[in-house]
Amino acid sequence: MMEPVLEVRDLVVEFATEDGPLRAVDSVSFAIGRGEIVGLVGESGAGKTLTAEAILGLIRRPPGRVSGEVRFRGQDLLSLEERALARIRGKDIAMIFQNPGASLNPVFRVGDQLVEAMALHLSERRGVLRVRAGEILSRVGIPSAAARARDYPHQFSGGMAQRVMIGMGVACTPALLIADEPTTALDVTIQAQVLSLIRRLARELGMAVLLVSHDLGIVSQMCHRVIVMYAGRVVEEASIATVFHAPAHPYTRALIACLPGQDERGRLGAIPGVMPGLTALPPGCRFHPRCGVAEARCAAEVPRLRAAGGGQIAACHLVGNDGSASRRAVDARGEPE
Amino acid sequence: MPLLAVEDLVKHFPLGGGLLGRVLSGPARVVRAVDGVSFTIEPGETLGLVGESGCGKTTTGRLVLRAIEPTRGRILFEGEDISARPAGQLLSFRRKAQIVFQDPYTSLNPRMTVGRALAEPIRVHGLAEERQIPDRVRALLDMVGLQPEHAGRYPHELSGGQRQRVGIARALAVGPRLIVGDEAVSALDVSVRAQILNLFVDLRERLGLAYLFVSHDLGVIRFVSHRVAVMYLGALVEVAATAALFKQPLHPYTQALLAAIPTIGDGRTSIFDEARLLEGELPSPIDLPRGCRFASRCPHRFARCDEVEPPLRAVAPGHVVACHLYEGGTS
Repeated sequence: MMEPVLEVRDLVVEFATEDGPLRAVDSVSFAIGRGEIVGLVGESGAGKTLTAEAILGLIRRPPGRVSGEVRFRGQDLLSLEERALARIRGKDIAMIFQNPGASLNPVFRVGDQLVEAMALHLSERRGVLRVRAGEILSRVGIPSAAARARDYPHQFSGGMAQRVMIGMGVACTPALLIADEPTTALDVTIQAQVLSLIRRLARELGMAVLLVSHDLGIVSQMCHRVIVMYAGRVVEEASIATVFHAPAHPYTRALIACLPGQDERGRLGAIPGVMPGLTALPPGCRFHPRCGVAEARCAAEVPRLRAAGGGQIAACHLVGNDGSASRRAVDARGEPE
Repeated sequence: MPLLAVEDLVKHFPLGGGLLGRVLSGPARVVRAVDGVSFTIEPGETLGLVGESGCGKTTTGRLVLRAIEPTRGRILFEGEDISARPAGQLLSFRRKAQIVFQDPYTSLNPRMTVGRALAEPIRVHGLAEERQIPDRVRALLDMVGLQPEHAGRYPHELSGGQRQRVGIARALAVGPRLIVGDEAVSALDVSVRAQILNLFVDLRERLGLAYLFVSHDLGVIRFVSHRVAVMYLGALVEVAATAALFKQPLHPYTQALLAAIPTIGDGRTSIFDEARLLEGELPSPIDLPRGCRFASRCPHRFARCDEVEPPLRAVAPGHVVACHLYEGGTS
């Protein structure tokens, strides 16, 4: 395999509290290749947004503590000074968030903000950047782009503002886009437009995308691969084709069964209870108190990620017991050095 | 007789802008939030009201309960017109029609224990003697899947799912026949949302409740509703039985809305199908077009659409649609 654009190894995010450190992200590892769209899914509190923020160096330290490795095109971002990181962020790594309105400054014209953002990273004259800003706005599907560039953020709808953020993000042709719930605040028809835009740009620019989302439907439509997180840990990683037809981890299976729209009526396969908080994490597998197939050892031993049947990896003691996967299969990730 | 019949319901919000604005812009302008909506709900039936933000679905839910006053139109509950009744004579109606909000955290008093929050409506409506109230509260908690000890907890001590269970118990406390669910599961995580949706369905079956389920989430609407009404810019564009609507949506807006739902993985349906991807955005409900409200975004638009507003017409038994394409039936 070609060198991945992003490689995360044993990423740990902890927060110092009066009662000792709380580990919100626990040994998360994954990689994203060029042009690949990878979904990071989980429910609130799973640690997916913190994972994205840790990659971007956006976690305040202290009280946070981040360890492990985040290699972007071979370079470890965690060991970089903030100033060096800021040069990469916004230029080579773009980011968009849930609430586009909050990311735009309300008192400056949208076009000027685009020019400012580019001027931070590109040494072109203002006039050139201004023309470029107009091009970017029309590329992300804003009608009468040149005129809209002179508008203020409040004159943009949520969908249009998110287009501007995407345009701003890709203005410097980044190698990696991290999108955290980019369409959660948008209506479904606008969501389809915005997702379609992200997908098109990823293809055109060969951009790697980490899409953080709670919505399995979106991930299924957008991504090549998916990483499922639960209570701070990765429980499964699989290709899209595999995960929805043969989910290996009981949590992934249960999560899919929770989605309405599979059958017309009947009951949804709800998961009893709630995801544990960081102060009350159960021992062993963190899903075991809610798991329908848990055994005694699930409460005692932490299951390691290992290869399951369809080429995916899953952190479950039972993977391999149902004949769909080999227990003897070696850890697909290999041991950390 | 339907439990609820809404006839030509209208809510116009006057547009602010102050005196100067009014002087300059001439006659008062209004936001036509709900612009002539009619539907019925039978006892025990769930009508799903679906649409995107700003379409007027939440306002419709509030109007039905007379939480806000309609500009025009009639609301018949158990055959009686409650739209003209003075507010002071609504107590018995308020007992029979309740609401469950999106976020019970904002509707529950943070200083009141769950037990007190549930006892209060029972007292207000005089539904039980004081000594019976603790039993009633326990029964309500049990009904929504909570434990007796939850009665002593405060809202902040509960998870989102538990709070929503309290919100439902509070609505049930007065023994309603109709519950308006306003995005009642939208703030919940997937696994908890499934629990609460199952609870809504169980309660409906056990108590014969009718629901007006307002949501932007078509998956939720499909799961919980017997019939679905699709709303666009203040008006209903299509109403049909759930199975019929999802199998054969007729209105171009319904078609676009269904096409945009990101469903998981059979690989056959893509939300990125260019032909079905809706262009543009919801127009403003202030200056509505003369003809069809959806014409500006409709892929099938023709001359008549800009001139005449299409009325809701039955195209099959129980299936009505407001679109000029179906003037001669569905063929």
